[in-house]
Amino acid sequence: MKKQVTLTKEFTKGLWEINPILKQILGTCPTLAVTVSVMNGIAMALATTFVLVFSSLLISLVRKLIPNQVRIAAYIVIIASFVTIVDLVMKAQFPELSKSLGPFIPLIVVNCIILGRAEAFASKNNPLRSVLDALGNGAGFFIALMVMSGIREILGSRSFLGFQVLPSAFEPWLIMILPAGAFLVFGLLMGFSNMYVDRKKNLEREALIAQYKRVGREEITDNVLKEAGV
Amino acid sequence: MELLIIFISAALVNNFVLSYFLGICPFIGVSNKTSSAISMGMATTFVLVLTAIVSWLLYNLILVPYKLEFLQIPSFILVIAALVQFVEMFIKKVSQPLYRALGIFLPLITTNCAILGLALLASMRSYGFLESIVFGIGAGVGFTLALVIMAGIREELDLADVPKSFRGAPITLIVAGILALAFMGFAGMI
Repeated sequence: MKKQVTLTKEFTKGLWEINPILKQILGTCPTLAVTVSVMNGIAMALATTFVLVFSSLLISLVRKLIPNQVRIAAYIVIIASFVTIVDLVMKAQFPELSKSLGPFIPLIVVNCIILGRAEAFASKNNPLRSVLDALGNGAGFFIALMVMSGIREILGSRSFLGFQVLPSAFEPWLIMILPAGAFLVFGLLMGFSNMYVDRKKNLEREALIAQYKRVGREEITDNVLKEAGV
Repeated sequence: MELLIIFISAALVNNFVLSYFLGICPFIGVSNKTSSAISMGMATTFVLVLTAIVSWLLYNLILVPYKLEFLQIPSFILVIAALVQFVEMFIKKVSQPLYRALGIFLPLITTNCAILGLALLASMRSYGFLESIVFGIGAGVGFTLALVIMAGIREELDLADVPKSFRGAPITLIVAGILALAFMGFAGMI
């Protein structure tokens, strides 16, 4: 039996440890497509989080009623219903925003984050934990989108949330608001976050080796290090 | 002429992968080897064309006359899931070699956003029946092209000395960025 993790941990793990964008590499299509401006990024992240939280809650509540063979189809129908709600509300309340996001609001249905969390988490855990997990993943998605769209909007159109933040003397980097810029920023972001994790792991490993040497433990094999979890 | 423009636009100028960002997951996941990239591209093109036909019929013959447009998203995704399942069973019965070649890729196609994206875009732009089919073929060709080029580059990339942290997905994305820049050269064609 696996050790139960605390409820706070269910939430915070989504922020960095299993960040849906940078670590699980799920939901890349909207990340690349809507991050031209920060406003679009916020709208997309909120819409996705809404769908993620409510579909996780519902799936977790009915998880014992759904036969195993048809579970994926059932999940998709649940998700599609919530996406329809978001799509219609956005069209009615924020027509401009809805137009600039184009087909990407309806496409939340096939966002792998939602189906991924439903299959990996909500179908096996109680509603409270599932909602916390969904909120954590939604927040992680939000952070990643903010960073991506922040970089692209500041460098590509000199502004943040529509306000000019760089002097007019700064020549905007046109590539940042083009599709190519999305790929480049995303690739670099993922690479640097990997680099940060790798470096931290190396430091922990060296600290452990030093500690073993101090207590006079001569043999430091890879297996010993693996058991210590570094 | 109109149809040719739709085809070229979907295949090259507004390439589904490199400029609409649809179908990125298989683009990163399955672009390791040229042979699997070709299989994946063929399977996806096949489903894209079928989806274009079926979703057009569904939208214009059922949803619009009965004023059920708000059911567009759930009905499209259900039709696509059923279609993929059906295609899988059909291929299994008809051609075993083809089934073995496409086998694992078929179920993955359901969650490929290029498929649902195609259906939504076609109805959003109110394409006619023939235009929808051509749009589907163009999108499929564009997807296959991007996937195969990417797989070719990644086979070479295996021999390159990439920094450890950038191996895998990060370097693939950066290469995709450069590829997207190259595809911008088609912009003047239409």
